[in-house]
Amino acid sequence: MTELEGDRAGSNGANRDIVVVSHVYKKFGATAVLRDVSMRVCTGEVVVIIGPSGSGKSTLLRSVNGLERIDAGEIWVDGIPVHRRKNLRQVRTRLGMIFQQFNLFPHLTALDNLTLAPNLVLKHSRTEANEEAMALLDRVGLKDKARAYPGQLSGGQQQRVAIARALAMKPAVMLFDEVTSALDPELVGEVLNVMRGLARDGMTMVVVTHEMAFARDVADRVVFMDAGVFVEEGPPGTIFTSPADPRTKQFLRRVLEK
Amino acid sequence: MDWPVVWESRGILLHGFAVTLELSAIAIVGGGIVGLVVAVIRFARVPVVGPILRVYINIGRGTPLLMQLFFIFFGFPYFGINIDAFAAAVIALVAYTGAYVAEIVRSGLESVHRGQRDAALSLGLSFPQMMRRVVIPQAGIVALPPLVGLFIGVIKDTSLTTIIGYNELMNVSQSIVARAPNAIFTVYVVLAALYFIVCYPLSLLASRLERRALVGQQR
Repeated sequence: MTELEGDRAGSNGANRDIVVVSHVYKKFGATAVLRDVSMRVCTGEVVVIIGPSGSGKSTLLRSVNGLERIDAGEIWVDGIPVHRRKNLRQVRTRLGMIFQQFNLFPHLTALDNLTLAPNLVLKHSRTEANEEAMALLDRVGLKDKARAYPGQLSGGQQQRVAIARALAMKPAVMLFDEVTSALDPELVGEVLNVMRGLARDGMTMVVVTHEMAFARDVADRVVFMDAGVFVEEGPPGTIFTSPADPRTKQFLRRVLEK
Repeated sequence: MDWPVVWESRGILLHGFAVTLELSAIAIVGGGIVGLVVAVIRFARVPVVGPILRVYINIGRGTPLLMQLFFIFFGFPYFGINIDAFAAAVIALVAYTGAYVAEIVRSGLESVHRGQRDAALSLGLSFPQMMRRVVIPQAGIVALPPLVGLFIGVIKDTSLTTIIGYNELMNVSQSIVARAPNAIFTVYVVLAALYFIVCYPLSLLASRLERRALVGQQR
């Protein structure tokens, strides 16, 4: 992997590769979910991964922060080898992950959801963590919900809290795993708006989504995945208007029709 | 009714009551700690140790407490280890309680949604931090009502230690009855009352915790 060595050596450049996925394979039982997947994400870039359910998008995202163990290949995050599974906690503090099911901690208030990890992992003092958390809740428009428990919030509000919780760790990259799929249609917009704001502020983002309009507007690069492989990738303009592969065409025709 | 007999024996009765409470507390705290540790090890799928602990749980829950008491009290001396009734009672009760606690707590831990662990780990929490701050608090709400139910059973089961001659409430009552056979009914009414005043409030607590757990799930 000499090409990768080169990237890591230049890791102080302005637009360096912060996530490098290289020839990754992953099986669940007899099913191959990832087959020779390679991807690079540059700092400041927004990469949107689209594709049918079961195509391996979520597994790829979960592999990047080590929630899934890959069978072969390499994953580097900010120069740290995730596939060696040694410094996973260090890797995870640089990655913010947002889930389809929000996964807020139901026994903690919104504020405590945000301060838990900064307090435990980054050793921030209570007051420091609280101040930052309030600022982040303000940023996602939920300052007045600081004392509310997740069960008292709508799905859209919960997901915005989840985004704020990930931001509280000051991650270098944010991973979004179908974050609007569990939401009522009228609540999707408020979450996507927060994500648009992040993209505008230059956050590096890898987004798995079925929201094609979002992909078209926000993505720097769109990747189409099917059956565990990267079928094609390119700027949204190209992928959405003139996809090269018949599988991409067929998928887009199906999702854009409805 | 032979109240005078009971009244004369109030000193040793209360002493027996205190001994029962003490033995119950040791069994509950000791069994609670053993069970929690075993549950977390099994939850973490620790190789080798996990399956071995499973054998412990199966034996602890699959054999009568009375047999476990005999096994320790009479079995240890057979192997040259001398053991008094108190030590045998403590070992048997802690082991027995621990086996049940382990399974109750483990099912509580497993009931916490998988996504909670994903979220905690992806925020960079260590396994112990995740368990202590995210998983165990949520598991506790689920596990607490059956645990209190178990503990009520343990308090009553301490009476079995009378059979190895441990000087707890049951044993004391039997010795009173032995000396004054006519008082048997009265003594056992008092005995029942003493167990009841400890166990009944706990069963009220268990139902309250259960209601709270149900509300918690809806939240």
